[in-house]
Amino acid sequence: MRLILPLSITFITGMIMVLHFFVPHQPIKLLGDNLQEWYMIVASAAIFLGALNLMHVHFRKIKLKLKNWKYSPVTIIGFSVMFVTGLIYGVTEARPFDFLFMNMVAPMASTMFSLLAFFVASAAFRAFRASNWRATLLLTSAFIVMLGQVPIGAMIWDKIPLAKVWLMTIPNTAGQRAVMIGAAMGVVSTSLRMIFGIERSYLGGTD
Amino acid sequence: MRNLSAVIAVLLLSLAGFALADNTDPPESVLQNVGLAHEVCRIADLQASDIPNDEGGSVKLSWILESEGIRPDSLEIMRRDPAGSEELITTLPANITDYSDDSVRNGATYSYWILSYLGGVAEACSDEVQAVASAQWLYSGRIGMLIILTLIMAVIIYYIESGKRGKELYIREIAGLAAVDDAVGRATEMGRPVLYVPGIMDMDNIQTIASIVILGRVARKTAEYGSPLLVPTSRSVVMSVAQEVVKEGYLQAGRSDTFNRENIQYLTDDQFGYAAGVDGIMVREKPAAIFLLGCFYAESLILAETGRSVGAIQIAGTAMPSQIPFFIAACDYTLIGEELFAASAYLSREPKLLGSLKGQDAGKLFFLILIVAGVVAASIGDFWSPMKSVAEFLRKLVTVN
Repeated sequence: MRLILPLSITFITGMIMVLHFFVPHQPIKLLGDNLQEWYMIVASAAIFLGALNLMHVHFRKIKLKLKNWKYSPVTIIGFSVMFVTGLIYGVTEARPFDFLFMNMVAPMASTMFSLLAFFVASAAFRAFRASNWRATLLLTSAFIVMLGQVPIGAMIWDKIPLAKVWLMTIPNTAGQRAVMIGAAMGVVSTSLRMIFGIERSYLGGTD
Repeated sequence: MRNLSAVIAVLLLSLAGFALADNTDPPESVLQNVGLAHEVCRIADLQASDIPNDEGGSVKLSWILESEGIRPDSLEIMRRDPAGSEELITTLPANITDYSDDSVRNGATYSYWILSYLGGVAEACSDEVQAVASAQWLYSGRIGMLIILTLIMAVIIYYIESGKRGKELYIREIAGLAAVDDAVGRATEMGRPVLYVPGIMDMDNIQTIASIVILGRVARKTAEYGSPLLVPTSRSVVMSVAQEVVKEGYLQAGRSDTFNRENIQYLTDDQFGYAAGVDGIMVREKPAAIFLLGCFYAESLILAETGRSVGAIQIAGTAMPSQIPFFIAACDYTLIGEELFAASAYLSREPKLLGSLKGQDAGKLFFLILIVAGVVAASIGDFWSPMKSVAEFLRKLVTVN
């Protein structure tokens, strides 16, 4: 029963969702729409589970003075301030929650995002070493694309921006589509394995 | 004065001529009530049709408002049902040009016309049009994909059955998956934890599901080797599922006593907040092995570069084409697209799962043939028209609307 029940639920819901994509008729449409709504409800309810887990982990760290416990009060205070502010004043514009979000959360997120520029530089430095012919090809392509992206590229030679466009639209698109087709086949295959109960490891490895 | 009278007479005769020439008369009931003042814009080109690809019970109306004349205040959409009773179904502002009537019966003929109102008086009336609503069993734009999917499913099921029967199936080596044991072993030797990041999307994303399947295998390995496994998640549902999967992995390895639920924790739903949290874990805990498997966006390189900076062996995998180059540049091994979905079968070596991989490859071969045929047909079609229709057929077959 421990195995049959989840496998049955997976099969029935999976088949309904597959049919929902192809059949606009009732009762498939109603069932499919309802299942999607149920997922939203379950996912929304699970947010409380996540918040509880977050608080539990950090309170436990403080209580037991575990490694790096000194960071936990920051998380708890940050969470509590945002939660209480949102609860009391609401989350609409020009409210304290909005002020905190726009002046603390958003700048911190932007800071993280801007780190990407430095990480791209360090990753590119490693990736573009001309160690073999394939890496040299990559280096040359990247050089043309970067040069074609900035005005100096066209000033050096007016064909460089055209070469950049060709590289991006032909070889790059072809490669991306190949990955996408392969991934799509993987999605179909994985979904079938799940729906027909061939893949059971997500149930805890009872395969 | 005589000339002016003549002009007026000619104009009146012309108008009468136009009125007689208009063979689509508005309904009689409307004509009795409406004072036809020609200066108010009339609804022109009223179209009524069944809404395609739906469960029925709906008719789509569309129209244009005549450009010349005074703009009406509002429009009233009138309907006559098969029994002959007329009713007002809605009143709309004059700037609206379409409406969907969702209260009709399938198979019954309904008539529609629209009245233009100015100052509370119906000043003009459109022509009357008819429509019959019907239900469709299949989306017309998805039939080709249904055929292709059925074929692929049949091939995959065939190979799964072949695998079950014990047929030897060759699967090429995937370096990233072959390195899983080494990565966990390295973490054990160094006495450091293993960090598993299942992406930033929820459980409704197939990449997250594939990642959770791999997590089960990695959890079993870490339990066998006795290394701590840290799984920070950005979704609550993923956290709950990951906790259960890791717990089962430890149970199967006979090491349930070492399972620590707190190691699988929720951080935040926020993309860069999550990246900051995971980076913090990497810097503080200094894991020896990092798995970045699932759906990633802009945070992929932030995570991979931080992981590299702490000296961890990194195995990444995603089906997001735009993030794969970042992982290739920053990680030791990268599972590209389909390899992420093949991981479970590869790691378990189960014949049934390997069979599904072969089926997947056969599906790819099918698409390859389809692409080549399409390219050839489209290229030759420019010179020889019959091939153009072949190319068009193939294009329709693979297009999903």
